[in-house]
Amino acid sequence: MLTNILTVALPEIIILISAMSVLLLGVFFKNKNASSLFGITQLALLIAAYFTSQLPIESKLLAFNDMFVADSLSLYLKLLSYFGLSLVLIYSRDYLLKKNLLNGEFFSLVLFALLGINLIISSYHLLTLYMGIELLSLSLYTLVAIDRKRKEATEAAMKYFILGAVASGFLLYGFSMLYGITGSLYLSKISEQIGVTEINPMILSFALVFVTVGIAFKFGAAPFQLWVPDVYQGSSTPITMFIGSVPKFASVAMLIRLLYQTLDHLVMDWQLMLLVMAITSMLLGNITAIAQTKIKRLLAYSTISHVGFMLLGLATGTITGISAALFYIATYVLMTLASFGLIIRLSNQRGDIDKISDLSGLVKDQPWVAFLLLIIFLSLAGIPPTIGFYAKFSIIQATLQFGWIWPAVIAVISALIGIYYYLRMIKIAYFDDTIKATKTSKSVNNELNLTLTMNVLALIVLGLFPSTLMDIATLTSALIF
Amino acid sequence: MMQFSDYIFYFFSSILILASLKVITANNPVYSALSLVLAFFSAAGIWLLLHAEFLAIALVLVYVGAVMVLFLFVVMMLDINLESLKRGFWSYFPFAILIAGVFIVEIYLVVSDKFFLESQIETFGTSKSNTHSIGNILYTDYLLPFQISAVILLVAIISAIALTMSGHKSHKAIDPKDQIKVKRNDRIRIVKMKSEKR
Repeated sequence: MLTNILTVALPEIIILISAMSVLLLGVFFKNKNASSLFGITQLALLIAAYFTSQLPIESKLLAFNDMFVADSLSLYLKLLSYFGLSLVLIYSRDYLLKKNLLNGEFFSLVLFALLGINLIISSYHLLTLYMGIELLSLSLYTLVAIDRKRKEATEAAMKYFILGAVASGFLLYGFSMLYGITGSLYLSKISEQIGVTEINPMILSFALVFVTVGIAFKFGAAPFQLWVPDVYQGSSTPITMFIGSVPKFASVAMLIRLLYQTLDHLVMDWQLMLLVMAITSMLLGNITAIAQTKIKRLLAYSTISHVGFMLLGLATGTITGISAALFYIATYVLMTLASFGLIIRLSNQRGDIDKISDLSGLVKDQPWVAFLLLIIFLSLAGIPPTIGFYAKFSIIQATLQFGWIWPAVIAVISALIGIYYYLRMIKIAYFDDTIKATKTSKSVNNELNLTLTMNVLALIVLGLFPSTLMDIATLTSALIF
Repeated sequence: MMQFSDYIFYFFSSILILASLKVITANNPVYSALSLVLAFFSAAGIWLLLHAEFLAIALVLVYVGAVMVLFLFVVMMLDINLESLKRGFWSYFPFAILIAGVFIVEIYLVVSDKFFLESQIETFGTSKSNTHSIGNILYTDYLLPFQISAVILLVAIISAIALTMSGHKSHKAIDPKDQIKVKRNDRIRIVKMKSEKR
């Protein structure tokens, strides 16, 4: 049993140990730039990534009395999570240092959140899944509130906490109904029971609705999106970047585990629910984003529309659909990290960037950064040479293959609406005159600059050669069923 | 024919219901907290009847011993304005009745055994003690959830400390370095004044 745990759950054990040791070392090593804590965290991510990649992709390994699973999906999403978190830490280091928030608590909370994400991705039991969600949410609430001096942060944390608790309640209610009708908490056994026994369809649909609503809340999909803009705006930019990127992998995993692997016999029921949520998210996200004047709110609504695209792919229930969604989530996180990385890069130099108009006249000031901004927003909009185009294209292709013409048309229309506000950002940075004279400090962090450039370069390179990532996503999704 | 244990059950249940009623009707919050303690005690008694001795003892130790005492402390320390709490009771009343109705229907559905299968839920015999069975299952089958709950508690501790500790100002000791650096002008200000005339 022990050897089994050590092979399957070794990455999680490493993350847990490093989270606790960072917490302890944070008390003793109080050097100014927290470089040792930063190094330990990055090293832990690297080691965890190494041991995760050693697991076989084709087989399904179970541990902890079959509550914990390592399969293709967990391999794909976990490796992306480590990569995403590593980038988040590189981008946010200087910013947090300036705000005096770069301490042991920050690193350990981020690692605990990652542990929660990993547990959600790997759970094969409703109890483990729920506890993973709680671990992730609790760490995120604290990370939002950790900048106590700002009132907005506390307000955002309060909103996030209350809405998150309600969503967890919904999810738990659905789980309890599933337990009541099937008598088991194991995902595979629930699926088996629903297929075999005659179950009152009313209770089953109640359970399904509660579970789907819970997932949609955590995802930030349209009728349940109200917390997203407030939390994005309220938390400090690195935390927003973290919330907007890595936990989305956990949401996707939660959806696939609960709907595809547990309630797979009800595919006709949840398909329509996901489709409705996808369409509302795409339209509402893109239309509301037009009216925004703050950058973070705009990116929040853009996130909602991207979530809509992912849900559209996941709603099809086909392998092409899931692989398109898995491809989309990877590219979405890459684009989100680049866009927030850019905002942080500018905030380090010019002071906090809040309004869109703060970007005006960027091209005269820093032509290279303006060029990076151009590429990032073209990619978010989905313009051809970048990866955003291929991601949207593959989702729409999967939708058409499934025979949904109208949803595909709506997706294209909402993407067109989206292009307007992304291009407006580029216009402001390139053609508008500088409104406020800013003092730009010349101290530039090369590490951040290099990472940002590489990140943006990846958007183009992956856009030109998307086949490798797409092949991996297809392989992963083929092994889900 | 009622057995002796049935009498005990009805005894504890009636105390439980009365105490719960007292919790929500008592005027003084201290009385309602104490009634809650009584309710917990009677619930523990019912659990003992069901051979769930570990849960009964845990309830008394954790809730009565720790949580309620803390709660009483907080209630006594805070100056709660009862009038403002009671305002709007009647305007919320229909809504409360509605919620209570929903609850009663839900409880009926669960108890009626119409929708949920009870037969598949595992139960343990009374051959081993409760503590033994729970310990056995907690450290083998449910090892992972048990560990994660420990991690969640750790995160809760870290969060509570990170969000409330105000850094260096908790102690009043003076740094010797600052003491040496002190100059006369920092401490004394000599003000020239005209002497008043008599």
